[in-house]
Amino acid sequence: MAFSGKMDLRCLSEDYYSPDVLSDDDAMLDSREVGGAPMASFPLPAVDDIDTFTSEVTNLVKPNHGTTTLGFIFEGGVIIAVDSRASMGPYISSQTVKKVIEINPFLLGTMAGGAADCQFWQRNLGVQCRLFELKHKRRITVGAASKLLANTLFSYRGMGLSMGTMVAGWDPDGPALYYVDSDAQRIKGKRFSVGSGSLFAYGVLDTGYKWDMSVEEACELGRRAIYHATFRDAYSGGTVSVYHVTENGWRKVSGDDVGDLHYHYYPEGNPTTQVVDPLDV
Amino acid sequence: MSTWSPYDMNGGTCVAVAGADYCIVAADTRLSTGFSILTREHTKVVTLSDACVLASAGFEGDRKQLHKVLGMRQQVFAHNHGGKPMSCPAMAQMLSNTLYFKRFFPYYTFNLLGGLDKSGKGAVYTYDAIGSYERTGYACQGSGQALIMPVLDNQLKSASPLLYPPVSSATPLTEAQAVDLVKDCFATAGERDIYTGDAVEIVVINRNGVRRETMPLKLD
Repeated sequence: MAFSGKMDLRCLSEDYYSPDVLSDDDAMLDSREVGGAPMASFPLPAVDDIDTFTSEVTNLVKPNHGTTTLGFIFEGGVIIAVDSRASMGPYISSQTVKKVIEINPFLLGTMAGGAADCQFWQRNLGVQCRLFELKHKRRITVGAASKLLANTLFSYRGMGLSMGTMVAGWDPDGPALYYVDSDAQRIKGKRFSVGSGSLFAYGVLDTGYKWDMSVEEACELGRRAIYHATFRDAYSGGTVSVYHVTENGWRKVSGDDVGDLHYHYYPEGNPTTQVVDPLDV
Repeated sequence: MSTWSPYDMNGGTCVAVAGADYCIVAADTRLSTGFSILTREHTKVVTLSDACVLASAGFEGDRKQLHKVLGMRQQVFAHNHGGKPMSCPAMAQMLSNTLYFKRFFPYYTFNLLGGLDKSGKGAVYTYDAIGSYERTGYACQGSGQALIMPVLDNQLKSASPLLYPPVSSATPLTEAQAVDLVKDCFATAGERDIYTGDAVEIVVINRNGVRRETMPLKLD
């Protein structure tokens, strides 16, 4: 039988979000019960070996993948820069993916790995952060927000989620940047790059990074690092978006087509792209 | 040992194009399994409301289930809101959630949602099988995707919505031109994709409502 278990239609009923369904106060801390995504809503296939099934299905549906993202803290705040390509195997399924998820005016999340996983759980994180605000009458810290996400991901460990995200923002303690992934690893840091093109981005980022850069220099460093990643990584491309976070919240600084950036950085043509005919002497 | 799978691939291609005041959703009507054609006149397009049309390729069983679930939720919503249908962006988010809630046992469907947004502009939403989605100006899903999408890019590609400062990214075609383009796409894909053919159903959504027309394709 293909479909096991009953369809969960509780979300149709009027009292779905009422205290009866999302009852105790601590429900907030149990990420499985928050934001209308209780565990029971994720039906599992009736198979003995869920790992094999999951990998076969992943092979079948080929969810969107591939990315370069980076984030770093410097004197003037936090910079986040991302590309915009999504691929399903060798097919480019989109060149216009929004990989920076605007959780609230002071929090940004980035997206690498499974597009659906990132979109869904960062939206869920937005819900959790808003509930925190309403309950405690203050904004959530970046550390707490990233831990909510890490806790959610911990509860789904081994289920095949694929996410590599950065949570960046500004809280009363200043700028903050966390790396959170689907193994539920959570690391605080000053400089991260995530995704298939991250090694290329790190090369540029680590060479050019200085604590006391100006905001313009920092944005340019982020943009240049992502551009060079799209140049060498086939799974990255599209447009390069740069965000800047300060004590007043985040702001999108730029969005540039990588084609335009190429001619901006190499107006005379990049020597590595010149084709030489060995027989033409 | 057991090679049974809950899934089958029944093929099919869907195309959607959004314009300034219209949206076109189209799909072929062939249903296949392996190298056999099961039927030549099977619709893949469901009209959810006056503002929302959904087309899905992939596994017919999951497609039918998904279309029923969404149709039902649309009905319940309209019933609870004095007959007012769900808006297209809301339906788009709900489809994403519906797909994601089957994250570990996915609907094997590749979906396109077309309709009009609140301001009356055409909207196309494109999905992967587990619910990642994006609003675009045009899209193609299913077995003919790799054949048709480059043609649509060539004819319709506009500035990326991610550019900042922003650049207008409206689709320039009139409704009649866009319908012709969609017909050409299917006729072309039918020449090279064994899972696309028989007929193409074209649903046009504009301020006058929803119109459905059919154009025959080659039967081989």
